[in-house]
Amino acid sequence: MTQFLQQIVNGLSLGSIYALIALGYTMVYGIIKLINFAHGDMYMLGAYFGFIAITILKLDFLPSLVITMTATAIIGIMIERIAYRPLRHSTRVVALITAIGVSFLLQNSVAKIMGVSIKGFPMDTLPTQTWHIFGIVITLKQLIILVTAVVLMVLLTVIVQKTKVGRAMRAVAVDADAARLMGINVDNIISLTFAIGSALAAAAGILVGVYYNSIDPLMGIAPGLKAFVAAVFGGIGIIPGAMIGGFTIGITEVLISGYWSSMFKDAIVYGLLIFVLLVKPSGLLGKNRKEKV
Amino acid sequence: MEKNIFNKYTFYWILTVALFYLAIQGLISANILRAYYQSILLLIGINIILALGLNLIIGITGQFSLGHAGYMAIGAYSAAITLKYVNGIQGLILGMLIGALITALIAFLVGLPVLRLKGDYLAIATLGVGEIIRIIILNLDITNKAAGINNIDRLASIPLIFGFVILAVIVTSNFKRSALGRACISIFQDEIASEAMGINVTRYKVMSFIFGAILASFGGALFATTYSVVRPEFFGLNQSIDTLVIVVFGGMGSLTGTVVAAFALGIINLLLQPLGDTRMILYAMALIAIMIFRPKGLMGSFEASWKNFKLRKPKLAHGKVNE
Repeated sequence: MTQFLQQIVNGLSLGSIYALIALGYTMVYGIIKLINFAHGDMYMLGAYFGFIAITILKLDFLPSLVITMTATAIIGIMIERIAYRPLRHSTRVVALITAIGVSFLLQNSVAKIMGVSIKGFPMDTLPTQTWHIFGIVITLKQLIILVTAVVLMVLLTVIVQKTKVGRAMRAVAVDADAARLMGINVDNIISLTFAIGSALAAAAGILVGVYYNSIDPLMGIAPGLKAFVAAVFGGIGIIPGAMIGGFTIGITEVLISGYWSSMFKDAIVYGLLIFVLLVKPSGLLGKNRKEKV
Repeated sequence: MEKNIFNKYTFYWILTVALFYLAIQGLISANILRAYYQSILLLIGINIILALGLNLIIGITGQFSLGHAGYMAIGAYSAAITLKYVNGIQGLILGMLIGALITALIAFLVGLPVLRLKGDYLAIATLGVGEIIRIIILNLDITNKAAGINNIDRLASIPLIFGFVILAVIVTSNFKRSALGRACISIFQDEIASEAMGINVTRYKVMSFIFGAILASFGGALFATTYSVVRPEFFGLNQSIDTLVIVVFGGMGSLTGTVVAAFALGIINLLLQPLGDTRMILYAMALIAIMIFRPKGLMGSFEASWKNFKLRKPKLAHGKVNE
């Protein structure tokens, strides 16, 4: 039982990371129906910006987090302006390949500028405090990851549900043309969506950097895929779905590695995804839409 | 269409192919096409076979697959393992047949349920299947786990790969023009309308899926015998994406485009080679620029044909994927 709870605790911190990345995927998909394959690389960029802020600018964790999120958000807006906006009315596969091109560009640019080798975060970014509660070990880092993730998710939910901008975002997601007729500046709302999504991925990136202490230019690929799986699992385009999906995938992965074999954890995650898609193609929280002739 | 296949157009094609082959052999014997360029030519040939298979699935039937590398891996490993027991060209052929059988079986079992999905969901499900295949290979003893299989017989040569490319082109272009291919194109354009016209949508989707997967397994087998080494990491998502880029760059549904794009990308890669690590940055920028300025690909839906030589317009205009 203790071991099980321990795995759940570990799974929660991994799940928070996936959930933060999945939120960006889901928001972008919800609003322009694009699988932003470069999103995993925004998370990688976040980790590198965080690395620069902490080791070179010698900032504390919290200001680094804010700077990282802002810088990545700006890059997210630029990517949308330059690469995705001209393709808004093209076919899915073309947009997808462009996103893959952006992903290659980010990975290789970072590798060129920062070097291909693994970079280490300083170990003392956060105090290494641990608590033992009923035999379960909880580290301060895990707690900070979970708290940061939850705070950001609450903030996001408030923005989307309670503010004027959030209402505009929801309107664009439902029908962009109708939203434009109602006086919403659709382009700005899409830019804002990219900014928020990128900022959340950046937060995940810096949290991972602090937690695992190592970052590299290709670190975004695997978590990016998993987060996408999480977004589809929860119902793509649905914000609470991404959170549930992220935590589910994170916890499942940790449980499988803990009780069985870490070699098969990815296969099981993909198997789970295919199963969910076949049983409920729109994801856990998605609504089934009838096909119209 | 004439019933007799030995008409003048067939003759023109045989002549074109023979001239092309003689040109390559001429360049090799004149020592212009050195070993390094020959190896690139082999890779281009393999890419053509892989991309023709994917084009059947994506460009003709309109089913978005991101798991092509998985089927390629099955073909590559089947050939590699068979070649350990049976030497020479018959070992390769046997390995390819075994690979094709396994691939067809898996593509059938996977395709039947998964092809009900549409668009992005199908893409992500096939991506999952590809990754599952790779992870299983990574964990099996017969495939030697992460170390992969080394010292596979090097049987690949220009004539061998050339022969298979020609075979693949003939088979896919006949597929496209057959009743089967026309049914697939109609599914691409409008699934509901095709169903209303009495086309068994699931059946044709699964058939083209199996067909494309078998071509991928052939490409994989040739890959194994060209590079003499296979490892699970070769067959990740990046490999599927490389093939997808060829298909889209050439023009979805255009087999001519696929062949041209495979050559163009192979040459671009060769020209960028001396640039070292800036190469990938330029490649990525080129990819984005091509998609923005030429989203239909090089050829659009155009097919080269001697019959079209009098500049007749292509008959089949393609719709968008699942929209």
